[in-house]
Amino acid sequence: MAESPSPIENLLAAREILVTCGPGGVGKTTTAAALGVLAASRLGGRVLVLTVDPARRLADALGLKGIGNEVTEVPSSVFAAAGVPVVGSLSAAMLDTKKSWDDLIARHAPDVETRDRILANPLYQSLTGRFIQSHDYIAMERLYELHATGEWDLIVVDTPPTRNALDFLDAPTRMADFFSSRLLRWLIAPARSGIVNFASKPFTQIADRILGTEFLGDIAEFFISMQSMYGGFVERANAVARLMADDRTSFLVVSSSEAVPLREAEFFAEQLAARDLDLGAVILNKVLPASLTDPAATRSASDLEEKSEGLAARLSSELGLEEVAVSRVLATIAESFADFAVVAHREASARDRLPTQGAPLLAVPRMEGDIADLSGLLAMGQAMLAPSP
Amino acid sequence: MGAAPLVERNLIFVTGKGGVGKTTVAAGLAQMLADQGRSVLGCEIDAKGDLAAAFEVPPSRFVPQKVSDGLSLMAMDTEASLREYLKLHLRIPIVGRIGPVAKAFDFLATAAPGVKEILTIGKVCWEVKERHYDTVVVDAPATGHIVSQLSAPQVINDLVKVGLIRSQTDWMSEILADPAQTGLVIVTTPEEMPVSETLELVGAVAAQTDVDLATVVVNRLLPERFTPRDEVVFAEISGPEGRAILDEEIGGGAGPLLEAARLATVLRRSRTQHLDTLRAGLPADLPVLLIPELFSRTDGLRATRQVAIHLGEERL
Repeated sequence: MAESPSPIENLLAAREILVTCGPGGVGKTTTAAALGVLAASRLGGRVLVLTVDPARRLADALGLKGIGNEVTEVPSSVFAAAGVPVVGSLSAAMLDTKKSWDDLIARHAPDVETRDRILANPLYQSLTGRFIQSHDYIAMERLYELHATGEWDLIVVDTPPTRNALDFLDAPTRMADFFSSRLLRWLIAPARSGIVNFASKPFTQIADRILGTEFLGDIAEFFISMQSMYGGFVERANAVARLMADDRTSFLVVSSSEAVPLREAEFFAEQLAARDLDLGAVILNKVLPASLTDPAATRSASDLEEKSEGLAARLSSELGLEEVAVSRVLATIAESFADFAVVAHREASARDRLPTQGAPLLAVPRMEGDIADLSGLLAMGQAMLAPSP
Repeated sequence: MGAAPLVERNLIFVTGKGGVGKTTVAAGLAQMLADQGRSVLGCEIDAKGDLAAAFEVPPSRFVPQKVSDGLSLMAMDTEASLREYLKLHLRIPIVGRIGPVAKAFDFLATAAPGVKEILTIGKVCWEVKERHYDTVVVDAPATGHIVSQLSAPQVINDLVKVGLIRSQTDWMSEILADPAQTGLVIVTTPEEMPVSETLELVGAVAAQTDVDLATVVVNRLLPERFTPRDEVVFAEISGPEGRAILDEEIGGGAGPLLEAARLATVLRRSRTQHLDTLRAGLPADLPVLLIPELFSRTDGLRATRQVAIHLGEERL
């Protein structure tokens, strides 16, 4: 019987965009990079990893001086040095929110004057620099833009850590809604004509008392400058939504096996299903060795404790070691097995109960030490190829 | 104004990278303070219900609910905060007309940076100012968002020249900048990314906010398994000869046992390195608290209790 193909290999070959999402601290960025390395070394083609995490270590692992807003190709010498064969090519780019916004404004602004007015507006600077909704929006925008160049066979993108599961997906639509909002017109109208209409009056009054006329004026000025670009934003937001729903795009939910991240992962999977988006796989990182939950190993552990005296005597005499030290070491071995076995059992049980909406569940073993280079990333990628336990 | 011991402060923000146990530590801290007889309000900013889950009570609401002796919980809701604020300060008759206000608010919060943040910070500072509780423990946003949260009063000050919000930022800034009242706790684990994010955050907090960094809590410290001498003995026992003896004496074979012990040693070693990096990067006089890995439980009331006990044992 032929082996069934690996779900990850299928996804890498068939999709043009893979989006890793999931709770924070579970290795999303590393997973995205590992998939990129795996694709470049195994399948070929031009692969791009788009990260939102300015992890210096990841840049180091990819042999790059640092990953910037510009796309940078990983030199083939770095692959050679790490002993990783490469069929295609691998590039990386990091999302620099502020820079991407500035680029976007520059591209959409009708004239230089409007562009400069927007870029200099304190509201714009604060909005793009500090606030997270703008981060979500620009991440999707940048992904769209890179995909639209047609230069990439595969783009693996990791998503910004959002407060709510799929905020980043809603960001383009929210941006579009925002620009076509009636409230925005209310806000801008008095600044333009000095006339407050009847419907908007209560709103303007409250806003005025809280924020002051001057600030409201600043807001209005900002949006008036931006108005020439609304159409572009709305159009783009719709295009991004279509791209996410396209059958060339899949989402990968990444999690660890701990209770809290798993709860969040489950929620991610539900949200994707509710939006009719494709969940390609659920990837669980940092999985402890299966031997920890093996009943035979559990028997061995109790054997070790029961026979520890005799064992210590035999080991010390035959290996020429101090018996007290051997006893102590044997006790520690039993203890650390017991500690990790509890965790492994609990996590295995949580994994078994995780609803994955029909998507395959991939268990990636806990890597020893930190991933320092391409071979480490490749090893992690290869672990994802293995069939699930 | 000198810094007060953490347990005596009135406003404690707890932050940390996702996955390090920020909420469990915030819950443990609140529990520990309540155990010491203080009246504590736990406030959850991300309305995900994790803080309530740490006490195994139903999701919190904006109005604080008592969960046990000396401990109440609330969940931040910026819209409710705005409504409360308008009622208190403007006496604007909007209480019954939630719909349009919610819409207007949603819009404003998106349009005007800092509005959501100021309503969040404003509410917790208000609770401190009114002395409704001895301590407000805030399960604050993760490392990426905490700075914009804590610096919201300054941002608003820079952007808004007049208006009600502007007139409110001074007293908030005063509370936030007072190390006798307010402190920030950063939770991390002795792992690579959490440590580097913590060090970056320490710099950003100092540069962009006036909030005093009170302590760093290192969660999930692994126990030291082998002394260097015992490690040599372990290596001998795991060698071919020792291995053969163990396999012979032990029914199921020694492989998984030795593997688990080796994993424990490797992890412990790498975590020790990261802990050293952390210590080297932190100000020398900053207290660093250690919480051991809880193998048996990582969440729920049991974990909260254990963290409270460990924190109680550290001198805060």
